[in-house]
Formats: sequence, C-alpha cells, structure tokens
Amino acid sequence: MASSLDSSGLGVRRAVGFVAPALVLIGVFLVFPALWTLYIGITNYQLTGPAAANPRVVGLDNVVEAVRDPLFTNSVWLTALFVLGSAVIGQNVLGFGLAWLLRAVRPWLRRTVEGLVLLSWILPGTVVAYLWFAVLSRDTGTLGLLLGSPETAWLVQYPMTSLIIFNVWRGTAFSMLLYTSALAAVPPSQLETARLVGASGWQTVRDVVFPHIRGHVLTNTLLISLWTANDFTPFLLTAGGPNHQSEVLPVLIYRQALESGQLGYASAMSILLLLGNLAIALVYLRLLRRRA
Amino acid sequence: MSPLWMVRRIGFYVLITLVLAFFAVPMLWLASAPFDSKPGLGLRWPDWTFSNVVATFEHPYALTSLVNSLVLCVVATVVTTVLAALAAYALSRVRIPGRDLLLYLLLLLSSVVTGTAAMVPIFVMMLQLGLINSQFGTALVIAGGMLPAAIFILKDFMDAVPRSYEESARVFGASPRQVLSHVVLPVARPGVATIFVWAFVNAWGNFLLPFLLLRDVGQQPAAVLLRTLYDEGGSANLTVIPVFSLLYSIPVVVLYLFVSKRYGFRFHGGIKS
Amino acid sequence: MRRTKVFGLLAVCGLLAGCLGQTQEGDQAQNADAKEITLTIVANAAAGGKNARGANWLQNWVIPRFTELQKAKGVTATIKFEQNGAGDEDFKTKVALDLKTGGGGDIIEIDGIWLGEFAQAGQIKPLNDVVGNTDWDGWNQIPKAVQGLGEFDGKRYGVPMGTDGRVLFFNKKLFAQAGLPADWQPRSWQDVLDAGARLKALPGVTPIQLNAGTAMGEATTMQGVLPLLAGAGKPVYENGKWQGDSAQLKDVLGLYQKVYGGGLGDPVLQQEAKGRDRSFTLFGENKIGILLESDYFWRSVVEPRNGVAKMADRDTAVGWALVPAKQAKAGVGGQDFVSMSGGGVRVINPNTKYPRQAWEFMQFLNSAEAVKESLAGAAQLTQRQDVNDEVLKGDPMLTFISEKVLPITRYRPGLADYPKVSAALQQATADVVAGKSPDDAAKAYRDALVKAVGEGNVG
Repeated sequence: MASSLDSSGLGVRRAVGFVAPALVLIGVFLVFPALWTLYIGITNYQLTGPAAANPRVVGLDNVVEAVRDPLFTNSVWLTALFVLGSAVIGQNVLGFGLAWLLRAVRPWLRRTVEGLVLLSWILPGTVVAYLWFAVLSRDTGTLGLLLGSPETAWLVQYPMTSLIIFNVWRGTAFSMLLYTSALAAVPPSQLETARLVGASGWQTVRDVVFPHIRGHVLTNTLLISLWTANDFTPFLLTAGGPNHQSEVLPVLIYRQALESGQLGYASAMSILLLLGNLAIALVYLRLLRRRA
Repeated sequence: MSPLWMVRRIGFYVLITLVLAFFAVPMLWLASAPFDSKPGLGLRWPDWTFSNVVATFEHPYALTSLVNSLVLCVVATVVTTVLAALAAYALSRVRIPGRDLLLYLLLLLSSVVTGTAAMVPIFVMMLQLGLINSQFGTALVIAGGMLPAAIFILKDFMDAVPRSYEESARVFGASPRQVLSHVVLPVARPGVATIFVWAFVNAWGNFLLPFLLLRDVGQQPAAVLLRTLYDEGGSANLTVIPVFSLLYSIPVVVLYLFVSKRYGFRFHGGIKS
Repeated sequence: MRRTKVFGLLAVCGLLAGCLGQTQEGDQAQNADAKEITLTIVANAAAGGKNARGANWLQNWVIPRFTELQKAKGVTATIKFEQNGAGDEDFKTKVALDLKTGGGGDIIEIDGIWLGEFAQAGQIKPLNDVVGNTDWDGWNQIPKAVQGLGEFDGKRYGVPMGTDGRVLFFNKKLFAQAGLPADWQPRSWQDVLDAGARLKALPGVTPIQLNAGTAMGEATTMQGVLPLLAGAGKPVYENGKWQGDSAQLKDVLGLYQKVYGGGLGDPVLQQEAKGRDRSFTLFGENKIGILLESDYFWRSVVEPRNGVAKMADRDTAVGWALVPAKQAKAGVGGQDFVSMSGGGVRVINPNTKYPRQAWEFMQFLNSAEAVKESLAGAAQLTQRQDVNDEVLKGDPMLTFISEKVLPITRYRPGLADYPKVSAALQQATADVVAGKSPDDAAKAYRDALVKAVGEGNVG
C-alpha cells in the first residue's frame, strides 16, 4: 500500500505487528468493557435491591429519563460551562500566554515559572484537593486572608467560578508545554520581519504566529476539552454542591453509580457524555479539515 | 529607555509575579500543614512539630503503599509508553485505512472506561480472567485506558520526525527495527518522555480501579491508602494526611525532574497534514 | 498467555447476558468435617486507618486465637482478613460486586442499613438457610432491639456488631456564659430554640448545628431529619409506605427554617464539602453551642487523646441531653424523647465453602471474651449486654446511652429504596436552608419520592 510514502521501509505487515500489541490491550481492557457499559445503559440494572437480581432491558428509557431529568440538564450546562471556561478559554489562553511571554525571559525565571506550573499538573488529585481547601476555605483560607474577607466560603458562594479557576491552575501546564514547542517551530525570520514593519504584539500573534500553530491549537483544544469534560476532581472539592450548583456530569454519574447504585441509569448518562465528546471531536475534525 | 518601554517592562514583571503567585500560593499548605501540631483545612504559620512525620512512618501500610504505587505505575507506564510508541510510529509511517477514525473512536471510548459507570464490566471481566488481586492485571487495565490518548499525542511527535533521516539510515542498510531504535526514538525522545510522565501521573492518582481490583491491603497503592485515613464516622485524620500527601507527591516530582533533566521535557510538532 | 486471554475473553462474552445477578445455592453441611479450612473475613477496617482498632483486633487477637482453637480440635484453619478502609459507598460497591459474582469473604461486615438491599437482591440469605442450625447461647445476651439490626422481613440474616444512640451534645462553657444550666434537658423543640437564642448573644458562636443538605449525606438524615421526624410523631416508613409531604415532615422542615432562617445555625457550613469535619473542629474550639450527634462524637471526635477534634477538657466541658419530641408526648408512640440508632452487622456469605465453620467463627467473634477484647480498653456500646454491663461503668456518657437512649430509640428501615428516600430528605433540608419555604420543599420532596419509589409506596 502506498509504498512511496513508506520511507521507513516498515511494510504493512510489520506495521500491523507494531500496532497489534496496543490494539489487543485496548480491545480487551477498553473496547470490550466500554461496549458492555453501553449495553448496561439500556437495562435497569442496579447494584443491589430487587433490580440487581433480575435486570431487564428497558431500551432507551434511561436516556429519555435522563433528558427529562432537570438534574441532568443542569449538569450538561455546568459541564459545558466548565469546559468552555476552564479549558477552551482558561487553559488555552494562559498556556499560550505563558509560552509566549517566557520566550524572552532569563532562564532561571523561565525554569521557576515552568516548574511551578508543571508541579500543579503532576501532583496527585487527592492532594491537590487539600491544597485548594486551604486556599478557599472559610476563616483560615489563604484567599480570604489575602483579600481581607475571611468569612467568604468561596466553594459555596462561587462554586463554578472556583472550580473553573482551580482547573485553569490544574491543567495549564499541558497547553503551556504544547505551545512552547509549537512556538519553537515558527520561523524566526518571519517574527523578525513582523518586528521590522512595526507590528504590535497582538498583530504578530494573529498574522504571523497563529497561522503556523493552528494545528496545535486544535489538537490542544480537543484534548483538554475531552479531559476536562471527563474530569472527576470537582467532586473532591465541592461534591457537586451546594445544591447541585457544581454537579458536572462525571460527578452526577459517580453519584448515580456509587451512591445510588443505579448502574443502568449511570451508564446511559455515560453514553450521553460520550455523544457530547463526539460532538466536540466532530467540531474539531471539521475545523482541521477546513484548514487543509 | 523610553518611558513607554519602562511601563511595559514593569507591567511585564507584575504579570509574571501574579502568575507565579497564582501557581505558588496553593502549594503553601504542603509546606506548612505536615509540620503543624494542629493541621487544619486552612493555612497558618505552623506550630512546628515532627510528630506527624513520626506518626506517618509508624503507619503500618504507608510506606508499603508507596512501593506498591511505584510497581503499579511503572508497569502501567512502561506498557503504555512502549506500546503507544510502537503503534504511533507505525500509524504515522504507514497509511492504514480508517486510521484517523479509529484513533478518534478509541479516544472517545477511553472516556467511558475511565468513568465510574464501567466498573461492573471491568470487575466481572477481570474476575473471569483471574486477574483480581493481581497488580500486573490492574496495571494493564490502567494502561488500556491511557493508550488511546498516548498514541494520539505520540503520533504527532512521530509525524514531526523528518522522514529523510530514516531514508538515509535505510540507504546504509539499517533494518526497520534499527531505524526505530537508533533514528526515530532519539529524535522523538522528548515526546516519549512527555508521555512517560503523563502516563505516570495519571496512573499515580487512580483510585477506583486498584480499590476494586486489589483485595489485599498490603498490595494497595497510595491513592487507595490515602482514602483510608479517616475514622469510622468519616472524619479526616489530619495528623497523617498532610505528611502522607507530601510523601505521595515526592516520587512524581522526582520523576519529572529526572526525566526533564535527562531527556528534555518538550513537545514537538502538532498535527501535520 | 495470549491464548488463555482469548479463552477468558470468550468465557466473558458467554457470560455477558447471564452474569448480571446470578448466585448459587450452597449446601449447609458441605465440608462440615474438613480437616483443613480457609475462611476470609472482610471488613471496612484497616490498620492505621479507618476503624484501626477493629482491624488490629482481628489481625492480632482473633485470628491467632481462633486458629489455635481449631488446632486443638485437629483442624488446620487459615483465616484471612481482607482490610478495606474506604468511604461507605465505595465499600458497599465492592461488597456488592463480590457477592454478585459469587465471590467475596466468608464473613462480611456491613452497615446494618444495607441488609435489606443485599437481601432483596438475593446476594445474602437468611442465616438458617446458609449454615443450618443457628442455636447459640449468645443470642440471650443480645437485646431484641439490637438483634433487629440483623433482621429483614422477619428473618435473621446476621449478627449485629454493636449499636449507638443519638443525643444533643452541648458545650457547658458556652452554656455557663449564656446563663444556661449545666444539666440542661430540653423538653420541646421550643426549649432548644430558646437556648439557641440565648447562645446567639455570644460573639463568634454558632448556637445550633443541625445537619442539613446533601453534602453531609447520611449524616443529615441520621443526625437531623429522622430523629426530628420521630419527635414529630411519625416514622419515615410505616405500614409499607414512605412518608410523603405530611404535616409532620412540614413540622421538621419548619424547625430547619427556624434554625437556619433565624440566625441560629450557619447555613453556609451545611453546604461545604467538608462541612461535617468543620462542624467538629468548631465544636472543639468552643464555637458551636448545641450539636446533634451519635455517641461516636464523644468516643472519637472530641475524645481528649486521639479524637479528630480533641478537647482536653471534654469530661467537664461537654454535656449531653436527650433529643426532645416536638412537645411532651408528641413523639412516636407518645414518647417525650426520641433517638435513632444504627450499627454494623456480620453476615455469612451464601457462597461460603465452609458454612458450619463460618458459623463457628461467627460465634467466636461474638463471644463475650472476643467482644470485650475488641474494645481494647475503651468504652463502647457492644451487642452483648454482659459486656456492656462491665465496660460502660466508667463512662457516664455511654452509660446514659445504654440506659436512657436505647430503650426509646428507633432503627432505619433497611430497604433497597431507603438510600433514595434518604437522598430526597437531604435535598428537602437543603432547599429549606437555601431559602425555600417548608411547604414548597415538602412538595418537591414528595415529587422526588414518587419518582424514586413509585406512587403506590408513598403514604
């Protein structure tokens, strides 16, 4: 097949051999349980109670119920807000900004900033939750002390804003890394030309840099959107509260699956989350194709 | 030095300082609470003590769990990185029909499996395969969930390796295996390093799978142990948790420092089309 | 390697349809004369973590002793202890997965409230069906009401592991400052509100902590709604129906409104993810006046040496009083005072290979000697009267629970639907705390209840 493109001399058979181990593992430990989950989504299966003994296939009832459930629609909006605010805008902009600004600073400063940003990315989720309690809690929280309003319970009074800022803190590192390497690929001569004609920083970014890194922007946005949409860390910070105001979809699914044991219903919501992810991916593919 | 230049300079450093503060302030708890005689869910100047550290080291499973985490994560990470690198290389160099579609589908399915709803299928499957209570089996499940994203990212890196390198190597008679190990991998090394750290970080924080699949407390990783540090009524044991959090974070940070120093921690390229 | 995996995969595919919800019948007398046995006990306890005392007891006392006893009879016994220590919901999930797939330990420690769910799912069976004859002199030592924790639908499924009781704890130092008596005992809800009004005058003090909202989870139901409902005169489940938006429920929500709308409680705290931990810390720092909790609060939270919110002066600073009914004689059964109780239960897995030996092990676990040893010198309400008589003597609080609270207490209905009802009740209190009127919140609760359990099951 298209051997002219096969510069490495790999050959299709060997290529298949290279891909096979990964595919076997993915097939057994990912595709199979995922399909099974989708099947459970059309049953009324529960972990305990009478429905655990005799699960029935209920078709799309779960999906219909979810769509009619105000808690579910609430979750969908919150998830969209969370993805848009913290990933598409927050992490993207801050990540690019850092990558752009840090090109020109002294190495020690650059390493310090990068180190801290990466640290917030690599610390384990449970630990990170404690760190942010210390920032946002009432009376003794760092933020309250800094702003002189210790009586504010940030996670209760501004739950979504807090979660969005938290997730920007948590995930910016990935975008920063990706954009740093992307910027390294922009030909310096073009930047120099832009400087000579007196273009402002913004103009340079828009007219010179962006066309070069468009592919990276899209890859980055797709991955961080998917990761954010499936992120469970908000549960550790707010448990979905107060009064469902920060109950993003993974949290709702967790509560249905583990706290109520309603696995059929939870799986159906997973299917809907999957469809949401699919929509994100399709938008991405479309944008990518338009570029080509 | 025009005044405008000065203003921009000052503005620039104010901005950098703000960003630094934003990322640094939450870390302060990790520096103070472990050494405070009365650690709480807030920040304060510690009433210095070492007794929390002693209490943590006396915990019967604290250190074992960290070792378990290392075993589990190293297996999951190595499997993910090696298999993803091989697959990404092949997918990057040879056109297999439906390649992109396949990658997207797998990426999407991975989000279902990493969610809580998939726990019954995974549990029942592992039981039938006889892999309950096997660290190796648990590592494979974790690796299976991470592979699609790893392949997706690594393929970008492999695409960015210039094909002319491989062509020259072949002219000198290198086998495909040699081309991969002596030409492609060294060039794509920062990407592989990135995936290694990314996979490690993800596996390190995983709670639900090890909790359900490993039954012996002596085998359970730190993420599971951290959730046992509560009393019967569900109140957090803040004597042990802060110190343990610190210990729990150290391996990841060390790994990152090691990898970034040795291999460089950079992305190369993006989607090329 | 790969071949076995493929076969395994085929096996899984074959089971895909049938696997959801199958259990096998065991033979009660199987392996009764075995010379070599292996028994596994599963508990939500871990050394150095959750219920560390129980874990140490099993590990260091029970297992060696029982193995020795068996050896004397010529039986080689291997006893394994599977430690957990996770959140209750996580642990329950794990046990349910085990039982569903025909695996799991031979003896499993569960929360008494899960009994009905597991029983309805066929995941556990009545004790007699599993092990045959269950005659045992220990039954005489376990009070009838406590035995009820291990029963479902009139059948005995397991042996309870102890119980608890709920009271109003109060801070005597704050009471003295507010001019309230150290031997305070309210006789109506109004008395509690009046005391709260006096405490409100103290700066920086939250008068009353009455758990509310969904973030507190079951703590809202057990240490809030249910004792109050009992005090309003109607249990949550009666004659096969769940209580809907009754006058009693509206009374309860009305009390919540008086506390949280009237500045007697802290509405924000109820919504914080770690609100309950925080309420404990605040009580320990003398910033909360009155708090409804179980004796666990006394034993493990404000306990002076190892508590999570230690109070060095607990014995003099913390007082307790019975939870009053709405007014005299208004509680369930015409009671003046009410309480709620819960507790763990040990059940025998229907899939055990050694039913008789498991039952023997169960008796050993519940022997007076073992139960006493499990306390490791601390005082706690155990399932056995003889042990309680001995160990509670030195602790006035627990003696109070044993003598004054247990005779008037109630237990939750252990049905599969209970968690959903509990969640709906929590939501109703959350609504009131957020400012909804009790009537509206009760109406929303009824709608949620109908959706969860069906119109026919709502009274």
